[in-house]
Amino acid sequence: MQGPLGKFMLKHPSTLVFLGLLSLFTIIVTIGSEAFGYGFVSTSFVKTLGKTLCFCLIAIAMDLVWGYCGILSLGHFAFFGLGGYMIGMWLMYERTRLIVVNAAENAQIPMTHQEIQDAIGTQIFGVVGGSDFPLVWAFSHLFWVQLALVVLVPGILALIFGWLAFRSRVTGVYLSILTQAMTLALALYLFQNDSGLRGNNGLSGLQNLPGLESTDQSLISMWFFWASAFALGLGYLLVKLIVESKLGNVVRAIRDDEARVRFLGYNVEVYKLFIFTLTAVIAAIAGALYYPQAGIINPAEIAPIASIYLAVWVAIGGRGRIYGAVIGAAVVSLLSSWFTGGQAPDISLGFYTIKWVDWWLVLLGISFVIVTLYVPKGIGGLFDKFTKGAEQ
Amino acid sequence: MLRVICALLLALFFIAPAYGQNAFQDLVQTHAPQIIKGSVKTAPAVIADIQATKSPAATTFLQNWQSKDLWYRRADDLIVTVTTDDNKTYTLLGLADQSVIGTAQKSEIKQIKPNSGLRGLLGTALVGAQLASDDLTTRRSSLESLARDPAPEHLAPLRAALNAETDADLRAKMLRLERLLTLQYDTDTDERVAAINGFAGDLGLDVRARLNPLLDTRLQLSQTPPAAGTFARMITPANDETLSVTDAYAMLVAKGWASADISSDDKRKTLIVNIENGTVGGVDIADLNTDENRDVAYAALVDAGIAPIDVSDADIVSAVETAYFYDTYIEQSPAVIAAAQTALKRINTKVAISQTVDLFLDGLSLASIFFLAAIGLAITFGVMRVINMAHGEFIMMGAYTGFVVQQVITNYTLSIIIAIPAAFAVTFAAGVAMERLIIRHLYHRPLETLLATFGVSIALQQLAKNIFGTQARPLTSPDWLGGAWQINDVIAISWIRVAIFVLSILFFLMLWFTLNKTRLGLETRAVTQNPRMAASMGINPDKINMLTFGLGSGIAGIAGVAIGLFAKVTSELGSDYIVQSFMTVVVGGVGNIWGTLAGAAMIGFLQKGIEWMNPSNTLAAQTFMIIFIIIFIQFRPRGIIALKGRAAGD
Repeated sequence: MQGPLGKFMLKHPSTLVFLGLLSLFTIIVTIGSEAFGYGFVSTSFVKTLGKTLCFCLIAIAMDLVWGYCGILSLGHFAFFGLGGYMIGMWLMYERTRLIVVNAAENAQIPMTHQEIQDAIGTQIFGVVGGSDFPLVWAFSHLFWVQLALVVLVPGILALIFGWLAFRSRVTGVYLSILTQAMTLALALYLFQNDSGLRGNNGLSGLQNLPGLESTDQSLISMWFFWASAFALGLGYLLVKLIVESKLGNVVRAIRDDEARVRFLGYNVEVYKLFIFTLTAVIAAIAGALYYPQAGIINPAEIAPIASIYLAVWVAIGGRGRIYGAVIGAAVVSLLSSWFTGGQAPDISLGFYTIKWVDWWLVLLGISFVIVTLYVPKGIGGLFDKFTKGAEQ
Repeated sequence: MLRVICALLLALFFIAPAYGQNAFQDLVQTHAPQIIKGSVKTAPAVIADIQATKSPAATTFLQNWQSKDLWYRRADDLIVTVTTDDNKTYTLLGLADQSVIGTAQKSEIKQIKPNSGLRGLLGTALVGAQLASDDLTTRRSSLESLARDPAPEHLAPLRAALNAETDADLRAKMLRLERLLTLQYDTDTDERVAAINGFAGDLGLDVRARLNPLLDTRLQLSQTPPAAGTFARMITPANDETLSVTDAYAMLVAKGWASADISSDDKRKTLIVNIENGTVGGVDIADLNTDENRDVAYAALVDAGIAPIDVSDADIVSAVETAYFYDTYIEQSPAVIAAAQTALKRINTKVAISQTVDLFLDGLSLASIFFLAAIGLAITFGVMRVINMAHGEFIMMGAYTGFVVQQVITNYTLSIIIAIPAAFAVTFAAGVAMERLIIRHLYHRPLETLLATFGVSIALQQLAKNIFGTQARPLTSPDWLGGAWQINDVIAISWIRVAIFVLSILFFLMLWFTLNKTRLGLETRAVTQNPRMAASMGINPDKINMLTFGLGSGIAGIAGVAIGLFAKVTSELGSDYIVQSFMTVVVGGVGNIWGTLAGAAMIGFLQKGIEWMNPSNTLAAQTFMIIFIIIFIQFRPRGIIALKGRAAGD
């Protein structure tokens, strides 16, 4: 291993282990996929796995902001959703435009620019009784701009919100409640029909990439799976680099005693703002990768409860250790989809049949309580026995 | 002897009605030719004659006459009512007491069909008779039916009855209806103006519904300046909201004063029709993807005489500018219009004031709901600093307890009286259990309390779903809480909301008293400020924490019963309120219930205020309210009422 990155890897072998396992997992799924291999991993399951990787990425962000910086944000799913909306706008616009243009090819005279715009507008906004493009769609025809907005919109929102909150020294549970209020406000705003983002219909058909109608979903699902795995690996490395740097030390110190760090002359607010905004951006990227795989995004995804679940994943996985967040998100979200998808066998007690669809949430709720009370270090804490505290 | 007297009495008894029957029938028979002929000229005398008998039979007779239910026997002009089973054989009934006179075949009798003028006359006579009746209930009910279905001919009998009316309340109602009918049907301008002026300050919807049409206008256009008259205002389409230039031009076209504008769609169709060898009007088809090129091609078609000439935008504007567009009142009398304008202005001012009061009451009621939902939290979160995400589920448990109690006890009043302590007991127990099992271990890790209680929250929510199903369960309020307190025609507030307001005031006083004036309150405050010091003073912090948490949870249960009365009880009932409840406590200021009161008041009034600005969109109101709260927290991070000194803790 050469260069600074190589040295870093050797110093922190867990990163190497994680990236190795992630690569191995990706290779196994690729070999098993319908598109490239033997087909024992179905396309829908590839999508589920890809989505799970996106959840792992946002869980890493959550771990950085909560586990390392001590800010229990109950609003990071808002950034996740916003990222999804930003990419979704381009996907939906471009796909609709192609459909309109294709349909117009048989027309006797070509359509003017305005006619094309009107047709797209009617297609997209017909469900909310409109046909004009709202202002927020101004750049939806430009892929690169919209891609930049995936990062910029949630980033700037986090910057403004964080600046307001940290400046007035809102901390602890108050900050949690404030972030929750922000998420609720955003969700309620998007629920309106005149929000410009199709109200509670949300954006749909996102799994169809424009210009690739003939490409099979099994192939597209693999592309997104790879992209998600790559983003997760990159995110892991970035967060690891941050927490192991001097910056990471300051951030951890802020978590442990904010006032003392301030007295030492550090500008605490800037550090917190940086971490808050960075994690918001990571969350947004995760969302931008997630929703094309999910196919649909609507305001219900941003509801405050989603962000609380995120905190729960990280808590179950183990705060303050990045792989813990990944494990928590993967285990809980996969188990959830297994139990609520009706695949888990019902248990018959003779007088009563336990249907997991009904009882899974009860079980999940009780396990939060048990984990919080008795396993405060989460599943990730179990690994400490092997690594003997080499990792913080 | 006795037998003779009895016989005589019996005979009298039978003869008397027979005599009455004959008398009324005879009276009618004297007028039989006029009745059968049914002329408007002769009828008034007949009606007057019949009404003079003042017998109930007279009213029935006039009603039957009006509704074409009278028949006569061709042979002797005997006027009767009939019944039939088969439309062939008819049973003839006498006019006075519906006694059977005989039977007749269809051909032997004929129906009396008064014309519409006569029927109107009969209606008026009937109304007049009922309004002049000696019985107050008859007069009242006839006035009500009149108000439901007024007609111009009712004006005269109403006025006559008004002068004779002795009951003050009924007289006021008659006067009101008389004014309404006058302004709608009377032909005399002075009478109408007087009627309108009489309505000054009346908030009734019926008044506004009749006054507004007097100011209705009709859009007119002319090529010369309009003559004065009932002319309301000039309209300049270029800068008027009600009439766009396009619509104005369409009116000109409809009048034939301008040639039609060719829409871009029609233009496109014309171009398609005239495609020749891949070009239209010398323009290549592929180039027709801009409006400019299409205009060029179309102009070429116009030059060739194939297409009608298009009107340019400038032509449209100048054509619209040369014409005169104006509104005229449909109502013809300027005096009536002026009076209606003045009256409506005064009414609208009064309506606006009433609406403000109504808005204030709405805000007050929403504030008391928020307060009720948040007050339990004010104790567990505000005083004990425990983040209880399951607080909303305690509210839900209270509501479901109310529902279960109602299943057992069907008397709604009794069941509510029992449900309130039952809900308190259930949620108090749940709160104590949760404190003992979970929260006790997490007092030093507040953020983790949030997670653990969230776990409890989703488990409880799902349990409720498993037990009660996903459909909404009703919690029915007793009858005396049904309906609304109608203060005037605009201001109304439902009794449930009044009850919730009273309940929240009661809670506030009770809690304030408990926390500030009792031993338990003193110990609670001591334990929350410094548990070790409190313990060394002989207070058992464990017990106090348990009781305080139980109290907060129990109050949430009672709030659940109250909320369940106006909202449907579902497993999501609690989560609808949890974020707002936390915001209420945070905005108000943690640590004292005055703060919660202030927070609830602020959030309630704010939300109603924003809703008032944009009534169609309550979601937007909530969004803006939350944004406002986020900004508000910047300036007062500790809430409206912040604790100072040592009580502030950190």
